[in-house]
Amino acid sequence: MSLAKRIIPCLDVDNGRVVKGVKFVDIRDAGDPVEIARRYDREGADEITFLDITATHDNRDTIVHVVEQVASEVFIPLTVGGGIRVLEDIRRMLNAGADKVGINSAAVFRPEFVKEAAEKFGSQCIVVAIDAKKVSQDGEENRWEIFTHGGRKPTGINAVEWAVRMKDYGAGEILLTSMDRDGTKSGFDLALTRAISEAVSIPVIASGGVGNLDHLADGIIEGKADAVLAASIFHFAEYTIEQAKKHMQSRGIEVRL
Amino acid sequence: MSSVAVIDYGMGNLHSIAKALQHADSRVNVQITADASVIRAADHVVFPGVGAIRDCMHALNDSGLADVIREVAQSKPFLGICLGMQALLTDSEENDGIACLNVFSGHARRFADHMLDADGNVLKIPHMGWNQVKQNPHPLWRDIPDRSRFYFVHSYYAAPDDPRHSAATADYPQAFTCALAKDNMFAVQFHPEKSQTVGLQLLQNFLAWDGIA
Repeated sequence: MSLAKRIIPCLDVDNGRVVKGVKFVDIRDAGDPVEIARRYDREGADEITFLDITATHDNRDTIVHVVEQVASEVFIPLTVGGGIRVLEDIRRMLNAGADKVGINSAAVFRPEFVKEAAEKFGSQCIVVAIDAKKVSQDGEENRWEIFTHGGRKPTGINAVEWAVRMKDYGAGEILLTSMDRDGTKSGFDLALTRAISEAVSIPVIASGGVGNLDHLADGIIEGKADAVLAASIFHFAEYTIEQAKKHMQSRGIEVRL
Repeated sequence: MSSVAVIDYGMGNLHSIAKALQHADSRVNVQITADASVIRAADHVVFPGVGAIRDCMHALNDSGLADVIREVAQSKPFLGICLGMQALLTDSEENDGIACLNVFSGHARRFADHMLDADGNVLKIPHMGWNQVKQNPHPLWRDIPDRSRFYFVHSYYAAPDDPRHSAATADYPQAFTCALAKDNMFAVQFHPEKSQTVGLQLLQNFLAWDGIA
């Protein structure tokens, strides 16, 4: 018995409210982030991730306030992603009480940003978020590419090579989202998850597509992920975190109960 | 009113530890400070830290806080956390070798690459997440079940020269020391301020501790 695999509920926050869309459209309101974070903490979440999807810069203060409030009463690791573009954004989130920040498109735009961030704040707080889509055809060898702009814009970058480069630049962890699966409830892209997890020496969080509890266990067992992230199955109370952990345990996975 | 000083030397976010201490005991006056006189006057001292050891030691030496820490670490209940634990050792392998405060005789060593778990999977570095902590007897473990899980994130670990200074171990995959204790000093590799109920209990025990092991 040793290190537990982690379950990380993700809260997509827009203007101070938790929302969840399917493939970034059809957004449904899921409630108050502070209240939801408190519930997840009670249920045994191992960490909580906030993704700030607020479109305008003016509303950025809202997420800082949410993190401050949650960090004052929830004593587990908190990650904030979305709109992290300069070192000052990172400092602000860490000062508000976040433990890690997720860097996504800013890394694609200028990879050295990850290096500078890791040198300044330490690798332990730098999570590189990768949105990948399968671009190989059936019958070809698997190939995934990085997409930006919510999965709309291809970059031509090979996802596995990118993950290795980000690790070399000082990322402490990879948050890997399959844009093919996100919001579909059909399970993680296990081949993608496994390819990335076996290519890098840092922890990988699987994301995108969880629809039931077996999907979480599959991400660990077949995808070789170190942690699994899910949003809607927890927000809409389909399952509690505790149920998810008990299920994972029944499939032989070490969890914190 | 009892007071606790959280030493601020510019390494990382101190909000979490300050909030957690306040939550652990609402009657305690928590001060985040770089002021030597405030640190000397406090009843309890917490020495946190995240990031790289070179920057940490530079910050401590440049600010003069290194001497203050050596002094208060001998005289009052003192808690080092994460990088704050590693900085108490003689030296660290990180950044090609850095001399540390030498309050505990020992070394910070890096986990080996390509270690395998029981299923043959490569263990990731940093060691990140909730691991079980096996306690050796100490007042700070009061009301915390043995083998409770605490939150870790680190790539280096403490190897004390004197095994009697090890207050707890965790496995990754071999046992490593994850807490140090000597006289009025206690230090942990994991983050009590991020370890939910058991972490808050440890902080509460520390605030109630008179420094006698």
